[in-house]
Amino acid sequence: MTEHQGEGIQSVDTLMDSTLDSVDAAEEAVLRVAQEIGFSEDDLHPIGMAVRECIVNAVVHGNRYNHRKKVHLGVRKSHDRIIVLVGDEGDGFDPRSVPDPLADENLLNQSGRGLLLIQAFMDHLEIRPRQPFGTEVRMVKYLVKEV
Amino acid sequence: MSVKLNIRQVGEVTVIDASGRITLGDGASTLRDEIRDLATKGDKKILMNLSEVSYIDSSGIGELVSGFTTITNHGGQLKLLGLSKRVKDLLQITKLYTVFEVFDDEAAAVRSFT
Repeated sequence: MTEHQGEGIQSVDTLMDSTLDSVDAAEEAVLRVAQEIGFSEDDLHPIGMAVRECIVNAVVHGNRYNHRKKVHLGVRKSHDRIIVLVGDEGDGFDPRSVPDPLADENLLNQSGRGLLLIQAFMDHLEIRPRQPFGTEVRMVKYLVKEV
Repeated sequence: MSVKLNIRQVGEVTVIDASGRITLGDGASTLRDEIRDLATKGDKKILMNLSEVSYIDSSGIGELVSGFTTITNHGGQLKLLGLSKRVKDLLQITKLYTVFEVFDDEAAAVRSFT
């Protein structure tokens, strides 16, 4: 794990194995940072769930449980937001290839809801190619302080 | 804790009391196997009690859908009981509220089976 600090943003970067054990570890690491920022219990659950869905995608669909491939977890912490970066070393992913899980004809599909949940739970979601290969997901959740 | 399933009979209705987590690698496959077993045995009225389920992820949601399809294809009905707010939210987000019949009261759920 490496940590950096600058311009009010603190970073933690971790390389994780392509196993389901990484799901719990990643959720724990992200929630620790989210708590430090001050996210409420109501926010922690969806953040954790989005992270879990994302790591599952990286392990299962991206790296296909390949023990030679790693999952790259990055957490960026600032006073008003948490940014989570999840990268895999897979063959790349086009989100347009996922059938719309809300379309009537897809409602009874067994899978394909992970991205929908991530979108619902986070304020911003971006999926982009990772260099030199793989896919990187960038998720942001903003801290909304009560006035 | 992965999911634990307890099966009981209320009249003609088979109630599956689930507790714990229904997630990939934890409880999702356990649930799938149980529902398939019930379908194979010919149980057609299945009430899935989720009141003690602490966490469901998209894989768990997928297994509920799979169970619904399995039971429906065997000519039966699968309904849900005792959803937490978080699980209700998941069903709203995924539009599965339009698929599942959901109950808060077990007696009402049992009576609803035809």
